[in-house]
Amino acid sequence: MRWLRKAILRSAGVIPLHDEATAFAAETAELREQARRNEARLNWIGGVTTFKAVLLEGLEVVFIVIALGSGRGMLVPASVGAIAACLLVAAVGLIVHRPLARVPENTLKFAVGIMLSAFGVFWTGEGLGVDWPVAELAIVGFAATFLAVSGAAVLLARRPKAEVLS
Amino acid sequence: MTALINVLRELAGLFVDDGALALAIIAIVVLAGMVAMLMPGIPLAAGAILLFGCLAALLSSVARADRR
Repeated sequence: MRWLRKAILRSAGVIPLHDEATAFAAETAELREQARRNEARLNWIGGVTTFKAVLLEGLEVVFIVIALGSGRGMLVPASVGAIAACLLVAAVGLIVHRPLARVPENTLKFAVGIMLSAFGVFWTGEGLGVDWPVAELAIVGFAATFLAVSGAAVLLARRPKAEVLS
Repeated sequence: MTALINVLRELAGLFVDDGALALAIIAIVVLAGMVAMLMPGIPLAAGAILLFGCLAALLSSVARADRR
């Protein structure tokens, strides 16, 4: 939900929009500077940066595989599914990364935040034994609810542009 | 020691952005779990707590950030 929270705040202008290209340039410059200061630690710095980049998503995959697989004795199929999904996402990413890069970053994060929140509520409920009406279709209802509430939150928190810049 | 603290702070920052929001979500899940355990005959009660609790936590977090 932190993705959704940030996307709402950015859409409303409470916090400035995130510029991925600038962030990448700044991070690259900082790493170059660190490497220049201490050549021997270059690999360590690169390793830590890469580790940070994949840690969160990697842990999420591990948690989902354990949550879905261990309860029903299906750890191996769940792991194979996770690896297949990883390869599929990498392949699709390679194909569509250019058109995807044209989608405004905050819109993308807004959509991902809504999906993650909807899936999160659904799966947490499943884990607690909630018998959702209309089963998996409930996710669509949750997504619509999160979208409506988030849209309302953006409208309520919206700032004039001048205020954001100051 | 400072470097270690910085690394730990960075790691924590990957998972927690707004501490109050994270705590609220944990409280909602715990509450929903307790309701599911104590009232197994009304499983949707826990579901409603989850959904509306998360929405309330989200709105409250946005409102807090807006006021700052």
